[in-house]
Amino acid sequence: MIARLLPYPALAAVLFVVWMFLAQSVSPGQILLGTAVAVAASGLMVSLRPKRTKVASWSKALVLGWIVLVDILRSNLTVAWIIASNPKTRISSFIQFDLALRSEAGLTILALIITATPGTAWVQFDRASGSLVIHVFDLVDEDEWIDLVRTRYEALLIEIFEP
Amino acid sequence: MTAASELPSWAALGVAILVVAGTTMTLLGSIGLLRFRTFYERLHPPTLGSSSGTMLVVLASILYFSVVRSRPSIHEILILIFMTLTTPVTFILLARAALYRDRTEGNSDVPSDPLQGPADPSA
Repeated sequence: MIARLLPYPALAAVLFVVWMFLAQSVSPGQILLGTAVAVAASGLMVSLRPKRTKVASWSKALVLGWIVLVDILRSNLTVAWIIASNPKTRISSFIQFDLALRSEAGLTILALIITATPGTAWVQFDRASGSLVIHVFDLVDEDEWIDLVRTRYEALLIEIFEP
Repeated sequence: MTAASELPSWAALGVAILVVAGTTMTLLGSIGLLRFRTFYERLHPPTLGSSSGTMLVVLASILYFSVVRSRPSIHEILILIFMTLTTPVTFILLARAALYRDRTEGNSDVPSDPLQGPADPSA
């Protein structure tokens, strides 16, 4: 019964919390509305048939979140400095390499990380071969970037989603 | 804006610094968008506005409303979450569209499609 009503309980819970934050009130009316929205919207997800994703290690997810936050802030300063100073020697280019990561959730998060970080953008990924093309704003050493994506993000994502 | 005058000076200073820092990052991103030559280079600067620009303005909003209303105001964090989740989708879509166009037009300087082999067989 509860599985029929709430096929994705975590999603429903998140939607409810978001609703309550947006409403900024804990009146019975808002609780009722929030519950209705959470149940209805998470119920609609059934027709999309998303694959079940299991997070193997929440502590590693937290570590990744922290690393990403620090990296985003650091590359913000780097890119801001490049725009302000506009060095003539800067080379921006595509780089291509293979990923070992295959889980959908892991790849989605890696795409978000790489694109949300200023200075790198996810361009194309081929699911069959695992070949990834990214664009780097300030390319100094190609291998350094490949190593960064593989060891800093991909390795953790594999541990989180593909234990 | 009667509430603004009730703001203690330490909070006003903090809010001002955060807002100016956030808008400066966003402005730098916009300048970069105008300044660089290729489409792919122009992909990068606007992410300043969608990451640290948004982050700093959200922090300013949290500080301002927490002090003015004398209770923690954290629902602004949602803006940051929504921005971080949605803007990369647009950037990836734009990059893919540009790459598709460049490959179709046979422009150099773009990597060949891993699915279809070299873009120019004679090269």
